[in-house]
Amino acid sequence: MFVAPAFAQEQAPGTHNEPLTNTPPAMEGTTVHEAGTEHSAGFPPFDSTFYPSQILWLAIIFGLFYLFLNKVVLPRLGHILEVRRDRIAQDLDTAARMKEEADAAVAAYEQDLADARAKANVIGQEARDRAKAEAEASRRATEAGLDTRLAEAETRIASIKNAAMSEVGAIAEETAAAIVEALGGRADGAAIASAVAAERS
Amino acid sequence: MEEQGVAVANDPIHQFQISRLVPIEIGGLDFSFTNSSLFMALTVATAGAFLFLSTSSRGLIPGRLQSISEMSYEFIAGMLRDSAGSGGMKFFPMVFSLFMFVLVANLFGMFPYFFTVTSHLIVTFMLALFVILTVIVYGLMKHGVGFFKIFVPSGVPTAIVPIVALIEVISFLSRPISLSVRLFANMLAGHITLKVFAGFVASLGAMGAVGIGGAILPLAMTVALTGLEFLVAFLQAYVFAVLTCMYLNDAVHPGGH
Repeated sequence: MFVAPAFAQEQAPGTHNEPLTNTPPAMEGTTVHEAGTEHSAGFPPFDSTFYPSQILWLAIIFGLFYLFLNKVVLPRLGHILEVRRDRIAQDLDTAARMKEEADAAVAAYEQDLADARAKANVIGQEARDRAKAEAEASRRATEAGLDTRLAEAETRIASIKNAAMSEVGAIAEETAAAIVEALGGRADGAAIASAVAAERS
Repeated sequence: MEEQGVAVANDPIHQFQISRLVPIEIGGLDFSFTNSSLFMALTVATAGAFLFLSTSSRGLIPGRLQSISEMSYEFIAGMLRDSAGSGGMKFFPMVFSLFMFVLVANLFGMFPYFFTVTSHLIVTFMLALFVILTVIVYGLMKHGVGFFKIFVPSGVPTAIVPIVALIEVISFLSRPISLSVRLFANMLAGHITLKVFAGFVASLGAMGAVGIGGAILPLAMTVALTGLEFLVAFLQAYVFAVLTCMYLNDAVHPGGH
């Protein structure tokens, strides 16, 4: 009662656009409202007639709402969020584990690669060494064969030379005897032989 | 926004009128099921049904509606944890219920012809009283006499402690009033303003071409105010919840000023 008329008066000057024509509906509305108010307690929010009803129904309805949220909705929402949080943590763990596995695989691969390289080097080195050794061996064998033949040849040359040298004395004696006889002398075999021997020594 | 016939078309107060739907009288007191009770029930049913149905699939990947429920859950949980710490989380269902109730009741009020439950002081006062009584009862149960440390902030010189304590007591006692009047007055004033400007549109529009031209301004105002009222509806629910969290902090940590 104490607010509504005041408000109606405020409303009337508030309509400066068309003050004369707008005032009647506002006033009319207020009048009808006051006439039509069953409880005649004025401004509804301050009308204590309905306080018990509002308190009771608020208590009942809000109480039920609280119970419903507390028992059903909030545990469910909390569970949903918790499951998601767990799931995300779990997925992150899995991702971390898979990354570790991938890193380990890369490390293993690189280890294998390094091993293979080392092995290849070893094989190459062995092959090189073996080839070198074989080449050396065959060179030695060849050299040895050549040495043998050289020695044989030298022996043969020496024997031929000796044989030839041993015949030189006889040839010289015969030649000396023939020269002496051709000069009209008589060949003294013994003297010639000793002379040849003396010359050769 | 509630218009019943031509007679009350321009009455901005009529929308707050309570009417009996099922008259009930117990011990001389009027406990009738009224339009206010009906809209309380609708508010609760809508909020409850939304929260229940949107989470019924329990999706690991939330849909749109489930996201809204989860966001409101985490919004209130974060708010409560920030102001009252993890010790205040036992009040989470209470703060969440209050926030959802006030929010949905405020938003319900934005529908034309709907009754705004929170535009009645007794309703908001009861909600505020519920908060303050929870603070007092829990504070006394948990801390006993130590609860009264909330009236004596630490670090205050002994000489002015009585004055400070007096101010703190007054401040504490005014909490239920400020908490309830803030929400009530915001909803009431907003709806009256909206109704008045909408009433201008109707009255001017009935006056022919000039009136229709003049009605453009209040119409634009009404549209703007409608947007503002949606903001206020959310903001007041938020403010109510934030202040509830801060008051609960006093119950959990009385010396924590």
